Amino acid sequence: MHGNLADETLVVAGRKIGSRLITGTGGAANLEVLERALVASGTTLTTVAMRRIDARTGTGVLDLLRRLGIEVLPNTAGCRTAAEAVLTARLAREALETDLVKLEVVADERTLLPDPIELLDAAEQLVDDGFTVLPYTNDDPVLARKLEQVGCAAVMPLGSPIGTGLGIRNPHNIEMIVADAGVPVVLDAGIGTASEAAQAMELGCDAVLLATAVTRAADPERMAHAMRLAVEAGYAARHAGRIPRRYWAQASSPETDREPPETG
Amino acid sequence: MKVEINGAAHDLADGATVADALAAIAAPAKGVAVAVDGQVVRRADWPSTRLAAGAAVEVLTAVQGG
Repeated sequence: MHGNLADETLVVAGRKIGSRLITGTGGAANLEVLERALVASGTTLTTVAMRRIDARTGTGVLDLLRRLGIEVLPNTAGCRTAAEAVLTARLAREALETDLVKLEVVADERTLLPDPIELLDAAEQLVDDGFTVLPYTNDDPVLARKLEQVGCAAVMPLGSPIGTGLGIRNPHNIEMIVADAGVPVVLDAGIGTASEAAQAMELGCDAVLLATAVTRAADPERMAHAMRLAVEAGYAARHAGRIPRRYWAQASSPETDREPPETG
Repeated sequence: MKVEINGAAHDLADGATVADALAAIAAPAKGVAVAVDGQVVRRADWPSTRLAAGAAVEVLTAVQGG
């Protein structure tokens, strides 16, 4: 294996993240399925949502993540305003004893697209309050830059809307975000299958965050394994230096000293 | 006195604290956080924070999501 893995570890705000595949826990049929998928993915960081406690569910997902040694990344899913997101993040910090937050502030249920104005406002407040803020953002290079400027520890542009599996609709925007960013870029949302996770890494993303593509696959464990391989392959390809694209063919076999083929 | 815990009405003794509200719904000791009327109450302050009649108490934990 090429390269010193220790030198290639993803670092977010000084914190080493062992796997470049960050997963979500939403959508899994049950905790047994989720456990097998998480193990197969090799992830070391995974998202949870904050909701009213329910006697039936209890704290099962937390117990599972603790047992697997996976760090928890609380999100602010379901929040529509900066005020809601800030309160949810503060509750998550209190409940889970982490300053990490995946900041989500979506505009409406139909698109689940980030509301850029509320998002930037919430990001600024949470950075000021000492959080390590990982914002789920639009594939907008300008917004990504502004999120970095207010102190976000990473930027997490969408490939396409949450849960759609439409892949990366604007690869050029993702490349521009990567080219500009001084913080890690995590492709978050829209991944449907392994080739799209590999593409995100080839575009220069530092990690991929996905949930639905695994948890709602017919075989979540197998898809989780595929995603792990895809992220590793895409990362390796990005850093291997791909060949330039050419218009016409270029022979890969030597063209001189060739015996003419026997005929007849 | 009446308070609301996660949207449901509960009858607690006058002078009840956040800790009493958590006991009333048998909330686990770890992995939860509390807001009263939209303000986070730190864990260390649960036993000493008294609730007013009509207070809205939210008790959250982590669930599958994201």
